[in-house]
Amino acid sequence: MSAVVEARGLVRRYLADGSSIRAVDGVDLVVEAGETVSVMGPSGCGKSTLLHLLGGLERPDAGELRLGGRRVDGFSETAWAVFRRRNVGFVFQAFHLVDELTAVENVELPALLLGVSRRAARRRAMDLLERLAVAGRAGQLPDRLSGGERQRVAVARALVNEPLVVLADEPTGNLDSRATGEILKLFAELRQAGQALLIVTHDARVASTADRLLRMRDGAIVAQTRLGSGASAAGILAGLADLGGEG
Amino acid sequence: MSLLAKEPAHGYELRQRLGTALGPAGGALNPGQVYVTLSRLERAGLVRAVEVAQPSHPDKKVYELTAPGRERVEQWLADVTWSKVAPVEFHLKLVIAAATGLADPVALVDTQRLELLRQLHQLQELAVAEPADSDGVLLLEGASLRLQADIRWLEACERRWVERGSP
Repeated sequence: MSAVVEARGLVRRYLADGSSIRAVDGVDLVVEAGETVSVMGPSGCGKSTLLHLLGGLERPDAGELRLGGRRVDGFSETAWAVFRRRNVGFVFQAFHLVDELTAVENVELPALLLGVSRRAARRRAMDLLERLAVAGRAGQLPDRLSGGERQRVAVARALVNEPLVVLADEPTGNLDSRATGEILKLFAELRQAGQALLIVTHDARVASTADRLLRMRDGAIVAQTRLGSGASAAGILAGLADLGGEG
Repeated sequence: MSLLAKEPAHGYELRQRLGTALGPAGGALNPGQVYVTLSRLERAGLVRAVEVAQPSHPDKKVYELTAPGRERVEQWLADVTWSKVAPVEFHLKLVIAAATGLADPVALVDTQRLELLRQLHQLQELAVAEPADSDGVLLLEGASLRLQADIRWLEACERRWVERGSP
């Protein structure tokens, strides 16, 4: 496996009430190709700032960042914009769809910006909407879509340029339990398809779908674990099947 | 025992009914447990075994509920006792860890949370693997929601013990 994201000693400071606060305080993080990593932590722990740093929406005050093996922390604003369009997909809690564009137009936009032909962009966008089971809504404006549909359109848009990594910030924060389940199923499929994914969330159900889970506090990673698969599920099942009394 | 309330059944049939109801959780059930429970219930007078003659096979033993047994099932259905309401033991661990300095309560919370998240991860994998119409999925969802509630409680524990200052 190769590292898609490689961060070393990332620091991001903010000025608050005249004193400097380290929102991200020396984070080392590697995300391999095809790996899903989730980041949890109390609000204000720096998890969203970390995601912004990894996607170039904010600049680190110290540290190194490589995406797809390329050193990006010294990039100019313009260089970042170009690199990001091609290599980073974002999914946000508030969807951030363009209200005046239909679902399929929202999805194809990043491809058109990258210089893909109209026909090819439309084909890619429709393929993705098909995969995410929202193709039937392709011609609708975002305000005609349910929350779950909007987020699926947003995920399609994040994937349209086949990015190195998808960065998702509270992707299910505005969704009900059922729509959350749909998005989680979708993430599981992306994971199987080998898409690297980093999810920042406070929702345990979302976080626990990952391969690896990081816990942040005060800008630092304080604990991490590999979630592994089914092998030790037997213990949980035994607990569920322990009927105890004569019920 | 409640599975007998529908109709008398053979031990093997009971195991099958239980397996269907529990889904993947039924796989972890020790087959002997059903028979041990049945003989315990028989001694308590809540079920009785009846030998049924079969034309082409040896007699089989069929279990049925007695009147007190049926009453007991009705009580059980109406009982609102909910197991594992508060993780008292873990709470005490935190208090004791802080008081004695033997461990950092916040670190205990971190470790415990990762363990619960690992369990949640496995439950979700099992739920995804089950057919959507399986009764067992509902049980997995119950277990998963309960774990999520425990994890939220751990968040509250974390806030409290971080405020108090860890060593």
